[in-house]
Amino acid sequence: MKPKKAIIVGGSSGLGAELAWMLAIDGCKVAIIGRSFEKLNRACLSNPEMISAYEHDVRQIQDVPQLFEEICRDLGGLDLIIYVAGVMPEVAADEFDTSKDRDMIETNFLGCVAWLNEAARRFQDVGAGTIVGIGSVAGDRGRHAQPVYNASKAAMATYLEALRNRLSRQGIKVVTIKPGPIATPMTAHLDQSKMMSAETAAKLILKKMNRGGEHYLKPTHWLIFLIIRHIPSPIFRRLRL
Amino acid sequence: MILPRPRMRRLSGFGFVTDSDSYTFEPESLEELAEVFRFATENGRKIVLRGAGKSYGDAAILAEEIAIDLCKLNSCQIDAESGIATVGCGATIGDLWQASLPLGFWPPVVPGTMFPTIGGVLAMNIHGKNAFSVGTLGEHVQEMTVLFADCSIRKLSPKDDEFHVIISSAGLLACIFEAKIKLKKVNSGILDVSAVVCKSWDEQFAAFEANQANADYMVSWVNAFGAEANSGRGLFHSAKHCKEARPDLLEVDNQVLPSRILGLIPKSQVWKFLKKLNSQRGIRFLNKAKFLASKTSKRHEFRQSLVAFSFLLDYVPGWEKSYSPGGFIQFQCFVPDASARELFPRLIQMQQQAGLTNFLTVMKRHRSDSFLLSHGVDGFSLAMDFKVTSSNWKSLQELCWAMNDAVLDAGGKFYLAKDSTLRTQDIERWLGTEKLSEFRKWKKLLDPNLLFDSCLARRTKLFGEV
Repeated sequence: MKPKKAIIVGGSSGLGAELAWMLAIDGCKVAIIGRSFEKLNRACLSNPEMISAYEHDVRQIQDVPQLFEEICRDLGGLDLIIYVAGVMPEVAADEFDTSKDRDMIETNFLGCVAWLNEAARRFQDVGAGTIVGIGSVAGDRGRHAQPVYNASKAAMATYLEALRNRLSRQGIKVVTIKPGPIATPMTAHLDQSKMMSAETAAKLILKKMNRGGEHYLKPTHWLIFLIIRHIPSPIFRRLRL
Repeated sequence: MILPRPRMRRLSGFGFVTDSDSYTFEPESLEELAEVFRFATENGRKIVLRGAGKSYGDAAILAEEIAIDLCKLNSCQIDAESGIATVGCGATIGDLWQASLPLGFWPPVVPGTMFPTIGGVLAMNIHGKNAFSVGTLGEHVQEMTVLFADCSIRKLSPKDDEFHVIISSAGLLACIFEAKIKLKKVNSGILDVSAVVCKSWDEQFAAFEANQANADYMVSWVNAFGAEANSGRGLFHSAKHCKEARPDLLEVDNQVLPSRILGLIPKSQVWKFLKKLNSQRGIRFLNKAKFLASKTSKRHEFRQSLVAFSFLLDYVPGWEKSYSPGGFIQFQCFVPDASARELFPRLIQMQQQAGLTNFLTVMKRHRSDSFLLSHGVDGFSLAMDFKVTSSNWKSLQELCWAMNDAVLDAGGKFYLAKDSTLRTQDIERWLGTEKLSEFRKWKKLLDPNLLFDSCLARRTKLFGEV
């Protein structure tokens, strides 16, 4: 069944905006949520009839229940929610900045829990719906470069797995997507030349989300990260990955 | 009073073509019902009133608003002396006949299934197979208790103007909480049924005319797959209450529909078999087989229990599931006697030409009545079930719109309980400026804040531009 009404949290640019555009051209009414009013408006311009924008900072979790209800009312229902919002600030090899870390935990994980809990409760009541969380391959291991980004994505993956175990018997799909690096504003400070484009990633996500479960976007990623996940910790420590 | 946290439920119509999610309350008393009205008003929410959800289309759903499931308000008392039933809006037609028949009474009007609630059937002002002689159910209500949007409660009788407006207004003006209905006295729970094979539309109309004066009930099945010379062929049934006193057959146990076919196949499984045949080819075969069987059958006069004759739709439990996953819609039109003879064959022809022949066609005789949004007409109705799929929905809608135009050109009417395809312009033509303005005037008077709403009202813009 094609979704008819969707929320994309973090839909003002990058992967979220691509997903919104693709869903909208397929006849789905989409509500996109983001921090920047200007970026949201720009994303809406691609299909103003089908895409509506809501300004919100996912770190303000106390605002989520009311906004979620308001958006569902505006959409006239909800079949799909995709949590894309995420931050990955530059972190130096010797840096331990709690303020940056808190920002990542709040955006990548707490915001995700706040939004997806609302959707989970609703979908549980009606016995239908799809929840998609955009995690990361970075959550598969604790790596030296991004300790808290890794931890936030690992927490997200575990939370989504638990949701899946709770809700799948009630006909609700919970999908974890673990993309590798994607050329989006979030990775603008990195070399994007070998990264997957947001458009390709969005196409793959929409294809894979119909199947439920946990997905890497490329078969090679699946294989590489299967190996990486099984490298014993003392060896992994020496690899400097 | 603290209301429980509303549960969001996905609700659909009987044809499950459209659905929507609503915050659902299930009040158990008049006080709780009023409390939900107050809660909705204070929180700026609309309300859709819902009984058993047996309206075919979108009359009892409303996305993201409050749905009040009235099924728990199901009191039912019968006065054995007067034959007057005092029935709560959540009691079903089944609850009513099961309480009344052992006392020698039968509901004056019943639909083709016993599962709709009293609130629902009065909101829609249903008719039965006896519509030609006794009219709609609203004509048999002596008094009703109504809860208005402002939480005021009033008892209304046929002398009150509001009575003729609230009955038939699809739950969009006020909530009928309880009704006193005059029941029909019966000596037995059986009917003398007569079946007549009709080979053409002329024979169909002639059968209704010939039996109108004497029959208590009349209904005819039409094989919609018959074309040209075979168009209109089908099987007409008339029935009369048996005069012989049979108190034993007034017992509920003697009225229950059999749970197995030929004593072997559980009826609960039959829909799975029907699903396999649920295609143009399969139904064409079933229609042909039914017609041939009725032609060769020698059983033209027989006795049947009231329940078996009245509630044909309950004969195969869950039959509507055979239309899954897309569901089905029913197109029912009510056409004056003078134009029905020309229009009905044309409607069938339009379907055949579009490759969208309906799967079940039922014809009935009606009379007009005084309710505001009434479908009653001195003429005939034709009810047709169409299978909906993702690939045929667009062309089916276009066909229904074309049929709407044809019905309106013929001076016909529609029935909100069955509707899925009326457009704003169709509603305007059906009701006319005067009736529509009167309905909107009542809406403004009884429910100025538009508390009561439904997907049907929004689709058709029944309240005008809000």
